[in-house]
Amino acid sequence: MASATVANHDTAAHDHHDHEHHDNFVTKYIFTQDHKMIGKQFLITGMFWAIIGGFLSILFRLQLGFPDMDMSFLRPILGGWIDDTGALDPTFYLALVTMHGTIMVFFVLTAGLSGTFSNYLIPLQIGARDMASGFMNMLSYWFFFLSGVIMFISLFIKTGPAGGGWVVYPPLSALEQAIPGSGLGMTLWLVAMTFFIASSLLGGINYITTVINLRTKGMSFSRLPLTIWAFFLTAVIGLLSFPVLFAAALLLVFDRSFGTSFYLSDIYIGGEALPNTGGSPVLYQHLFWFLGHPEVYIVLLPALGITSEVIATNSRKPIFGYKAMIISMLGITILSFIVWAHHMFVSGMNPFLGSIFMFLTLIIAVPSAVKVFNYLTTLWRGNLIFTPGMLFSIGLVSFFISGGLTGIFLGNSAIDIQLHDTYFVVAHFHLVMGSASFFGLMAGVYHWFPKMFGRMMDARLGYVHFWLTFVGVYLVFFPMHYIGIAGFPRRYYSWTNFEFANMYTDLNMFVSVAAIITFAAQFIFIFNFFYSMYRGRKATLNPWRSNTLEWTTPLYPGHGNWPGEIPTVYRWPYDYSKPGAEEDFIPQTVPLSATPESNLPHEQEMVKLELEIMKEDEEVLVANESKH
Amino acid sequence: MEKELKYVDLVEQPISMHPKKFALWLFMVTVVMIFAALTSAYIVRQAEGNWLEYDLPQIFYYTSALVVISSVFLQFAYASAKKDNISNLRLGLLGAVIFGSAFLVGQWYSWVALVDKEVFFVGNPAGSFLYVFTGLHAAHLISGVIFLIIVLISTFKYKVHSQSMNTMEMATTYWHFLGGLWLYLFMFLLLNH
Repeated sequence: MASATVANHDTAAHDHHDHEHHDNFVTKYIFTQDHKMIGKQFLITGMFWAIIGGFLSILFRLQLGFPDMDMSFLRPILGGWIDDTGALDPTFYLALVTMHGTIMVFFVLTAGLSGTFSNYLIPLQIGARDMASGFMNMLSYWFFFLSGVIMFISLFIKTGPAGGGWVVYPPLSALEQAIPGSGLGMTLWLVAMTFFIASSLLGGINYITTVINLRTKGMSFSRLPLTIWAFFLTAVIGLLSFPVLFAAALLLVFDRSFGTSFYLSDIYIGGEALPNTGGSPVLYQHLFWFLGHPEVYIVLLPALGITSEVIATNSRKPIFGYKAMIISMLGITILSFIVWAHHMFVSGMNPFLGSIFMFLTLIIAVPSAVKVFNYLTTLWRGNLIFTPGMLFSIGLVSFFISGGLTGIFLGNSAIDIQLHDTYFVVAHFHLVMGSASFFGLMAGVYHWFPKMFGRMMDARLGYVHFWLTFVGVYLVFFPMHYIGIAGFPRRYYSWTNFEFANMYTDLNMFVSVAAIITFAAQFIFIFNFFYSMYRGRKATLNPWRSNTLEWTTPLYPGHGNWPGEIPTVYRWPYDYSKPGAEEDFIPQTVPLSATPESNLPHEQEMVKLELEIMKEDEEVLVANESKH
Repeated sequence: MEKELKYVDLVEQPISMHPKKFALWLFMVTVVMIFAALTSAYIVRQAEGNWLEYDLPQIFYYTSALVVISSVFLQFAYASAKKDNISNLRLGLLGAVIFGSAFLVGQWYSWVALVDKEVFFVGNPAGSFLYVFTGLHAAHLISGVIFLIIVLISTFKYKVHSQSMNTMEMATTYWHFLGGLWLYLFMFLLLNH
């Protein structure tokens, strides 16, 4: 039985509670199963965490740039963490860097990026009513929310949040007596991460199932927008790597709370031997980085996918090397699982093994370079339209290049011995992973805001936001390369005891000032976001003149996305500026048979097949009509 | 004002597999990854030496037999459901639940046997790993038993029959998977001991 009944209800008519489809406030905005609202929930929550994570980084940048500063003015927020002389508590400094890393990697760039856009775009771009399981999708968000609540609470407890670095290596993280941050804060960290893993897996299972099973007619894998390819592969990586983190965390929980010795051996505290024997801390590192490295691509791939879409649309050109893009992403996906030990070159591993991991690591440069090349060739001689989304996408490409190049240095085990855990590494991953993914997130928000809220964001504020952030990011992270080469180690509270550090005091001060300005610039975006949500210019149905399916939905799509039949797809999503075509874009829903003037010879052949599909469609429609 | 668009749409989708069934397969992938991580951690740790040697509890042979028998019962139930033989379906499901629960009890006694041998959860990781393997597997198996009981209850509402096999198929797949997972863990322990 098939029918396409469209009934319009006025949402103001709240007294009709007997209608089973009727949404009240709770089912519409809170416990919603609509993928679009869940995507927005992820976005707003991600923005909240981005502000917190950014603010924490400002706190420790103040300490690093101005070690002798009197921070008493922060006492209203930090309370006892500022001592009587106005100095920041050193253990709290460790907690700050730990929480900054955890929040940014997991809550902002995994949940906030993948959670937002996979949820929002997958059904819209593949032509589905919703995710495969709306309920699981809802659970995914609320597990994330719960995880966030627990992590948030840990910020305010007496012993402070987890302080062992975002990688929480044992034995530091396993022994409560090690540092205050290894106490209750660490326990809450582990509980929060367990819920986070559950959330990611529920989301990931849904994304994969939806992409494979719920594509609309004609939407073959070779016609999927690159965004969807990226989200799909991201979900695959998450599905394979998060369970491993779960295993690692489980053993850590047993070591912490039950007295087992998976990671602990021969430890003396205060001259007293602990009973634990036979454990191996390197085992944890292997398990952790088996997630940890793929996590880099969980963070980055969605941003790259968004960039492909935004750059192609705003260059008014087909993406260069569509298939090469897919193959590179597949290559990155596979390689991401066999390079983890390059994080452990100095852990005392067999140098021969190190050489193998070095070799595998350097291979990743190939698909990454292919992607960069394709972005640049897509931009080359395009009719570039510099929307804020486009600028952020180009910014991403810039960071991907400048941050990726240093990856080639760090991937070499010999050089890594010198650079390991210095600010060079911090600069590298903040550019290539942090800032690049953040710019992908921003590009996505600016680009799909009209679809999300039916209004346009203010472009001028967008430009100001872009330039301040783009320049700011380089001013923050570029000098860090020098600081790192000079030998500054990460996670140190202060270097004032080292003679060599004196000549870099100015540079550290400069970085801190740049970081504060960059952080402040984000409030332009926050203002723009919320102001435009209510007061922005009304969007048109397809403001960027884009080809993909989401722009064929109504301005405010209901739960189900398309009021009538789901549109059928007849072509790939990148028919921009096709020679002979009237317009410089041909949406995916336009049949080849409707565009004889621009069809290529082999497409003319496909018209025959297409006419068959259309006939079939018509029969379905006629059947529907006769049923009513 | 935002208009709400309602639809009733049951157009057949061009899919090969029921989405929920596919999602179950993906869930099983995550379970495989957890145990792959743990068993490879076991190998890595074992290679480092300082490894307590002890005999595996003999009861594992019996519990392995129990889990295989429960799978046979379930397969019988599945075949009966396909033939709309509801009473045999219930019988098979009941048998699977009983033997599955017996397996869990047996696994508990394997822990008792380990304690008798003075191999404790807290101590050398060689022993701790065994507790983690069996415990985590049992946790999954409990979820499987609950799933089977839910299906068993739904047979009394006549919701499982040859035209409505989805839940039954998912329960069967999951249960066979969990049984196979145990056999893998047991083999692994026999080989790497």
